[in-house]
Amino acid sequence: MVLGGDEPTGSLVRPYAVTRGRTRPQLEIALEALVETTARGRSGQFLGGREQKVIVDLCGGRLQSLAEIAARMEVPLGVARVLVADMAADGLLAVHEPTGFDADGGDGSVGTELLERVLSGLRRL
Amino acid sequence: MNSPADTSRVTSAKIVIAGGFGVGKTTLVGSVSEITPLTTEAIMTSASEGVDDNNLVPDKATTTVAMDFGRITIDQDLILYLFGTPGQTRFWFMWDELVRGAIGAIVLVDTRRLADCFSVIDFFEHRKLPYLVAVNCFDGKQLHEIQDIRDALQISQDVPVVYTDARNRESTKQVLIKLVEYVLSMRRTRTVGVH
Repeated sequence: MVLGGDEPTGSLVRPYAVTRGRTRPQLEIALEALVETTARGRSGQFLGGREQKVIVDLCGGRLQSLAEIAARMEVPLGVARVLVADMAADGLLAVHEPTGFDADGGDGSVGTELLERVLSGLRRL
Repeated sequence: MNSPADTSRVTSAKIVIAGGFGVGKTTLVGSVSEITPLTTEAIMTSASEGVDDNNLVPDKATTTVAMDFGRITIDQDLILYLFGTPGQTRFWFMWDELVRGAIGAIVLVDTRRLADCFSVIDFFEHRKLPYLVAVNCFDGKQLHEIQDIRDALQISQDVPVVYTDARNRESTKQVLIKLVEYVLSMRRTRTVGVH
């Protein structure tokens, strides 16, 4: 069985029109990285277009991950990543990177403390 | 940056929900997520599949890979995401990004189609991502013994295998708890082993 969404969908050009064709972000942002509108972003004076306004509004309330921004704007992940990276570079958004749990790297004690918090959070659900 | 000081430790974490097509990954995510599962899409050019040479074609054909995900706010400054893997394992490019930094994975299996998750388990073992196997009991019946499933999947005795009902919030919650407990116990074992 094949999902419709897995079929070739035509041109790459169209989805990237809002990034003026750029596919490489200024900053690598993880799927689950949390994005928050800064005071500069909230002021609304420095916004570069309709997409920026949407993102500033989206991330002005509760924190949103890159994946949520892409899903709610109905743009591919790569497009959202370019837009968010540009806005972070302009100080309109703050990006909070996730805590990684890779087997071979990272700060073990930070990871363990966070896992314990996740565990007690899940038990409270 | 301009973020207020009290949000400087804001962070997130993720758990990967894997399994064959139609096994109930999105149902599992939805049973415990605080938002209706969302879908995010990634685009890949067919050239990166290494099959066709599209250099001469100005409009490269593209493939869209869809992933469903949900969200659990653990604390004001800590959010857990549950990401369902794309239905087909041929989209490995997306899997790399999905597993990077993840706490671990839940491999949801349907005992009628155990073979669907062989490649998934191989991938997690290769990437050293901790995982557990959750057997989805669609009709509430446990048709297979845990040991039979373990043997069929050829996984080590250390890997937890549990029954679940992906539709049930409490059941999903218990599976998530089991996974995090397992990851924590692995870390403690490793630390003990080092010192």
